[in-house]
Amino acid sequence: MELILQQMPIVISSLNVGFLQTLRLFFVTLLGAVPLGLVIAFGSMSKFKPLSIFTRVIVWIVRGSPLMIQLLIIYYFPGLVLHNPIWGGGESGRFLAAAVAFIINYACYFSEIYRGGIQSIPVGQIEAGKVLGMTKSQIFWRVKLVQVIKAIVPPMSNEIITLVKDTSLARIIALQEIIWAGQAFMKGSQGISGAIWPMFFTGVYYLACNGILTLLLGWVEKKLNYYQ
Amino acid sequence: MLNAVDLKKSFDGLGVLRGVSLRVEQGEVVAVIGKSGSGKSTLLRCLNNLERVDGGTIEIGGQTLVKDGVYGPPKEQRKICLKMGYVFQNFNLFPHMNVLRNLTEAQRCVLGRSKEQAESYARQLLKKVGLEDKEAAYPCQLSGGQQQRVAIARALALDPEILCFDEPTSALDPLLTQEVLGVIRALTLEKRTMVVVTHEMNFAREVADRVVFMENGVIVAEGKPEEVFESDKVKAFIGLGD
Repeated sequence: MELILQQMPIVISSLNVGFLQTLRLFFVTLLGAVPLGLVIAFGSMSKFKPLSIFTRVIVWIVRGSPLMIQLLIIYYFPGLVLHNPIWGGGESGRFLAAAVAFIINYACYFSEIYRGGIQSIPVGQIEAGKVLGMTKSQIFWRVKLVQVIKAIVPPMSNEIITLVKDTSLARIIALQEIIWAGQAFMKGSQGISGAIWPMFFTGVYYLACNGILTLLLGWVEKKLNYYQ
Repeated sequence: MLNAVDLKKSFDGLGVLRGVSLRVEQGEVVAVIGKSGSGKSTLLRCLNNLERVDGGTIEIGGQTLVKDGVYGPPKEQRKICLKMGYVFQNFNLFPHMNVLRNLTEAQRCVLGRSKEQAESYARQLLKKVGLEDKEAAYPCQLSGGQQQRVAIARALALDPEILCFDEPTSALDPLLTQEVLGVIRALTLEKRTMVVVTHEMNFAREVADRVVFMENGVIVAEGKPEEVFESDKVKAFIGLGD
């Protein structure tokens, strides 16, 4: 116990640095996947069959295989197979590859949530807009959008919380996120080696982060409950 | 005012409208009756461009929506159909907007009225349907009858020349039915042009200038209520249906 207290300051500052990278990956993924998911959703709902089939196959592949494998392929394939290391070296290259893999993966999950949300709007709502003389885009922005958002907030909350934890998968390509930072003290770093507790302690960060997110998303959900 | 000629419409090869012609004159109230599946709602939906006809011609207020099954550009269609107001069986109010917003939204984004203009007109209409104290309520806080009255006010807000009702009381219990019928009855006194698809035979008899009886996608009887309700086919229908 005394030893842990001694190690604490060094470990915490190191975990903080790792957690910053975790958060960076989290926010970049959200920023990219939220709009990309909408594009994919419209693709999969397209009346142009080849496009909708193509999109659905991509979504099936991405959702049907482990994110960890996708990370490995996206990071290693260009360099090792194509001999064209597009990601560049070092931490920034790893981050870029991880961000691309996460954005694609999460956009596919989001697209299915969006699609469900859009298709859950009763056809009567669209018809009501139509008989009131609204154009298609007016119906989308004024009639559907708020209702879609209300429908997708609960499933999106789930995905967002999962994303926080999934960022740890980037450890597999040695991205220096919080798990990597904790693990360093097992191997030996800054005069501490063979310490397993920093790894366990990373769980506290995830819990705290998801606690805040849960409160925030719950608040959004409640705000949208002004109508049934 | 409204002239539909030889309308044809089929769903998956099943003829729902098989040559229906209907004229509605200015200030006339037409009730369309018939069994479920007779095509009466489909007729109304076609007149309001919610369904496309396969053949036939529809003229609204002297403008042609569709001629021999061929439609004009969408923008033109929207403009012509603005002469029509439509009240749904299931109200279809916008659940995320309060009552006032339900009435002002299209006034503002479709007709380009100012907020003040739209709101004062909306309040006037809410008063007319007896809901002036409900402007801040959301649809989920209203009874079915109140929701339908809001829906009628919403349709009126765009000043349609012809108001169409698709079984406006079918989703309501008898008590609420009466309050909605009361509002529609009051509209007939203003000499509004209306087409009402309904199961309420007594109401049709009472308010309609003309009754149209449909069966299997065609009009089989048409005329003044007292005449139509005396025909054998309609008697048989009322005996069965009511």
